[in-house]
Amino acid sequence: MKLITAIIREYQLDQVRESLIQAGISRITVSRVSGNGNQVNTEVYRGKEFVPNLTPKMRIEIAVNDEFAEVTIDAIIKAAKSHNGHEGEVGDGKIFVTPLEQVIRIRTEERGSSAI
Amino acid sequence: MKKAILLATLLLGFFVNGWATNGGPEVDAGATAWMITSTALVLLMVPGLAMFYGGLVRSKNVLGTMMHSFAAMGVMSVLWVLVGYSMCFGESVLGGWFGWNNDYVFLNGIDETVMEGGVPELVFSMFQGKFAIITPALLAGAFAERVKFKGYLVFIALWGIIVYNPLCHWVWAEDGFLFNMGADGAIDFAGGTVVHISAGVSGLVAAIYLGARRGYPLRQLRPNNLVMTMMGVGLLWVGWFGFNAGSSVSSGIATAQALTATQVAGATGALAWAIIELFHHGKATALGFASGILAGLVAVTPAAGVVQPLGAMALAVAASLVCYGALMLKDKLGYDDSLDAFGIHGVGGIVGAVFLSFFIRKSWMENAAALAGGEWTVWNQFGIQVVAVGIAIAYSIVLTIALIWIVEKLFKLKSTDEEEMMGLDRAYHGERGYGMMNPN
Repeated sequence: MKLITAIIREYQLDQVRESLIQAGISRITVSRVSGNGNQVNTEVYRGKEFVPNLTPKMRIEIAVNDEFAEVTIDAIIKAAKSHNGHEGEVGDGKIFVTPLEQVIRIRTEERGSSAI
Repeated sequence: MKKAILLATLLLGFFVNGWATNGGPEVDAGATAWMITSTALVLLMVPGLAMFYGGLVRSKNVLGTMMHSFAAMGVMSVLWVLVGYSMCFGESVLGGWFGWNNDYVFLNGIDETVMEGGVPELVFSMFQGKFAIITPALLAGAFAERVKFKGYLVFIALWGIIVYNPLCHWVWAEDGFLFNMGADGAIDFAGGTVVHISAGVSGLVAAIYLGARRGYPLRQLRPNNLVMTMMGVGLLWVGWFGFNAGSSVSSGIATAQALTATQVAGATGALAWAIIELFHHGKATALGFASGILAGLVAVTPAAGVVQPLGAMALAVAASLVCYGALMLKDKLGYDDSLDAFGIHGVGGIVGAVFLSFFIRKSWMENAAALAGGEWTVWNQFGIQVVAVGIAIAYSIVLTIALIWIVEKLFKLKSTDEEEMMGLDRAYHGERGYGMMNPN
């Protein structure tokens, strides 16, 4: 089992979700986060350009069985890359894949692959 | 000494009186004070509308949407001083298409003019100018979340000049052809036809042209802040007293009648909508209540001067019913009138303007009959209302299509896919409405 954590642009969330659903992945957790990457993102307030030291992003977490890991990664890349997945830009985000030791469904107490 | 003071006072009084009557009617302090208050109240509706609409869009569009209302305050105010007042209230030119009076350009010639009711013309002009601001701002609700800011500015400027001003002239200027239609004119007390129908219908045309927002109607495009929407509708209701009761351009019986009709219509519309929802969904929603307030107020706008409280209530119930139906029909037909500018303002305005015929107070009908030289029936007036509404609808549709085509060609009106995804706030203003979860 793998835990896939993707950091993407805020406004590409809808598109990424659609892409995941098309790939058959619907169980996800999303949160608003802020962080520092390569991207320089300017905002304008009262005529002054300002570079917020932390850029707002979306974090998506998906627990998948091993055979779904690549499918999920592909679905995210396709939708999170700028210009409709053709050409990326700084700030498109990152995907982290980590091994996942255990998954437990609280309601039934099932464990492992079937609980995902 | 005493005698000298008395004499001086008398002479001064005579002099002041004489001077005032020579220069036209005297300023009526009461009427003027109410008109200035009304002007401020109608302006208050614009930030109210910004909040109402701003709360209904997604958070990435909250500033862009509020800017649609605020930008109208800037653009339309300036245009009003330049040509708006002249085109609306000048003498008919070009076969009555619109008005013109060189003295009105920059409001130069009305600096010291006092109108017949004792209200300085500058106050009347500023009051009327607020209607020119709020109309395109209402219209923008139909195509929220998907227009370029620059294109929008050009669009409302041209729309104000070519659609709003002529309509206003026809309906409210003394030599406007709708003002003089039938025995006592087409009834549009505070702008059912001029404001709500024109905004609603033009908005619908623009919404259809621009196409639906990405993801509509499959994905839920949920309001970001209904609390703000509720506060916005509250401000609109308060402002509506100026809108309707100010349209009497006086401070007397007519003002009281309009004020009363406004209050009962807002309340009745809201209750009616809530009851409809309770029966239909089992839950009376806050947004539904707000929509009902608007439907009631919109419907009574053309009628506020001629109906009695019972008539206002009847119009409000009718408006809530029909608007509720219109919103359901919208979902069936699939066009994206995002914030229901047509569904509530257009449809509510039509309901009010047409059905007010059945609730006109007796004194008005008697006056109309006298002017007609004998008889004047409800059905005569109904016919006039239908014709006036039809003309307003047809004119708004045709001219809006032409304008959109021009603006799209020259300045681009429709957002690109990427800008729409990014949201208006970032794409056109470089700002964010909320600092949600953002640690800095």
